[in-house]
Amino acid sequence: MSININKDFSLTPPFEGIGSTLFDKIWEKHIVKKIDDGPSVFYIDRHFIHEVTSPQAFTGLNKRSIKVFRPQQTIATADHNVPTLNQHLPIKEELSRKQVEALIKNCAEHGVELYGLGHPFQGIVHVIGPELGITQPGMTIVCGDSHTSTHGAFGAIAFGIGTSEVEMVLATQCLLQTKPKLMRINVDGELNKGVVSKDIVLYILSKISASGATGYAVEFAGSTIRGLSMEARMTICNMSIEMGARCGLIAPDETTFNYIKRRKFSPQGEVWDKAIAYWKTLFSDGDANFDNEIFLDAADIEPMITYGTNPGMGIGVNGTIPTVETVNETDKNGLSKSLAYMGLKEGTPIKGQKVDYVFIGSCTNSRIEDLRMVASFVKGKKKADDVEVWIVPGSKQVEKQAIEEGIDKIFEEAGFMLRQPGCSACLGMNEDKIPAGKYCISTSNRNFEGRQGQGARTLLASPLTAAAAAITGKVSDVRELMESYELLAASCEQ
Amino acid sequence: MCKRINIIHSTCVPLNMENVDTDQIIPARFLKATSRDGFGKNLFRDWRYTNDDENQPKEDFPLNNKKYCGKILVAGKNFGCGSSREHAAWAIKDSGFDVVVSSFFADIFKNNSLNNFLLPVTVSDSFLEKIFEAVEKNPKTDIDVNLENQTISLNGHSESFEINSYKKTCLLNGFDDIDYLLNSKEEIIQYENSLM
Ligand code: SF4
Repeated sequence: MSININKDFSLTPPFEGIGSTLFDKIWEKHIVKKIDDGPSVFYIDRHFIHEVTSPQAFTGLNKRSIKVFRPQQTIATADHNVPTLNQHLPIKEELSRKQVEALIKNCAEHGVELYGLGHPFQGIVHVIGPELGITQPGMTIVCGDSHTSTHGAFGAIAFGIGTSEVEMVLATQCLLQTKPKLMRINVDGELNKGVVSKDIVLYILSKISASGATGYAVEFAGSTIRGLSMEARMTICNMSIEMGARCGLIAPDETTFNYIKRRKFSPQGEVWDKAIAYWKTLFSDGDANFDNEIFLDAADIEPMITYGTNPGMGIGVNGTIPTVETVNETDKNGLSKSLAYMGLKEGTPIKGQKVDYVFIGSCTNSRIEDLRMVASFVKGKKKADDVEVWIVPGSKQVEKQAIEEGIDKIFEEAGFMLRQPGCSACLGMNEDKIPAGKYCISTSNRNFEGRQGQGARTLLASPLTAAAAAITGKVSDVRELMESYELLAASCEQ
Repeated sequence: MCKRINIIHSTCVPLNMENVDTDQIIPARFLKATSRDGFGKNLFRDWRYTNDDENQPKEDFPLNNKKYCGKILVAGKNFGCGSSREHAAWAIKDSGFDVVVSSFFADIFKNNSLNNFLLPVTVSDSFLEKIFEAVEKNPKTDIDVNLENQTISLNGHSESFEINSYKKTCLLNGFDDIDYLLNSKEEIIQYENSLM
């Protein structure tokens, strides 16, 4: 596959405006034309597709008898609806099999590169894009999946789209877009021990709510964010959609460049030098204006967990579930309904709550650093008897690396089940579902009613907090379980 | 699918809940289809039936309540949050709705609706409250939505709503974004060439 490096923006002069934000600098360069009093024709550099939201888009193209306009800028994988055991066998469930077959046929007919089941690059779309070096700073990236915001961690404008829009991008490599408002969320200072990037984003959500950034593009900044690894940054941008944001992004820096260097599709040689020179211009100017700006102190963040049915309903693991009386009028109904669904009591501590399942996976936390973090904590420990633990790596490459590093053995000894790559119990579309009424501590991004299966009760947390629950069988503060803080600190080196 | 929208005069179905996410509108297990049709029957599936059984409808869920009907769905704040699945808009449209009213819509859902000629009308919190009150008193209350004038009214109260003029023209005339983009191909190619 050759990804169109000729069209890289690294070869054109950067957008120069006075007091521009990172977002402006990328946005303005991608405007093909502006419609008076309307949206702009907006150019898309990279397009990811998967089996669930693309079939109807291809049907649309076929009805119009047109082909994919720029097939080299679209990359496909099968992830949402695939089994995570025995992937070498034909998919048993008929509708799922048909959906995957439709993707294979559509990609073949339209010349789109597909990393399907069995391919060494297959995996969750938001895990493979970055790991293959397809995701790069300064780009515009879309996918028929809301967590496309993940790719913003590289300093790209990346957002989820619907199927009609997938069809538009396939047909024209463009979308009609109006510019969102801009928000900057600054997190400064040193993180407490045992606190990782998932905790940061759950904390932000608990402060600004699940609709706190609707209509905004959010730039994450501040010394804490700067100090995070690329994979940890991805976890934060991944969940910007849970605040309602159109996208989340972080200015690229040396951490970003080092991550991208020498990946499969990253620019090489002379193009790399030009790319770096361009990427270094991608930051918000000192005098840039934001419509809204929030400042948070890293020291206030504890290991977090959710108790309700939207990701904004989170507290520190040592906190108590709010009482209906204390929340504002409009949230009262929502809180009572959530707690009824979750079978949890207002005003009680969350620590000690029994869990039945532990799910470590999804595009939020299924990368190699997440698995390493879990492995270094559970090494030599065993899971609680009545807990089922599923580890679902984000991609074939993550799976391979975990095996090479012997992480699979640690999981096996702990009694965890290492499955094959896919979205799995994150959305309960395939057979990986949590039974009704059961509690699952999950590293995914959504705790909506029924998200992990009808009646399933989801508690969102970091991989460390999830691993702690796997060992004790209940919601626990991981910090109390560590023999030494040094070991923990090393495992959280993000 | 009705592709033109202008004046809608109808009773409504009230869904007085906030943060209704697309996983509720259409649960993931129904996303296995490869066509756009037939999603209506699974709209709000898990809120509508006990044990996923069509013979056990939950009587208190508004969509199951015979006293509510019409082409307008009225819902609480932050409607359509969560997944980007356009299947949510397809399911609502397929169930006979042409308009969704709320005080706040999630971004992607709003775009998906507009692309399917389902009109999202954003009203003030107080106007939304008025609708819920009026419909609770009298389920036969009519709502008037006029896209041309950008107004929504009930019982003599009226409020104007925002929509960008390009999108309005599309809905009034039945134009798709994709037609517009396909007609812009020359300019798109010129733009690409300018980057070389
Ligand atoms: S892992 Fe979950 S959130 Fe991520 S792409 Fe898959 S279904 Fe969506």
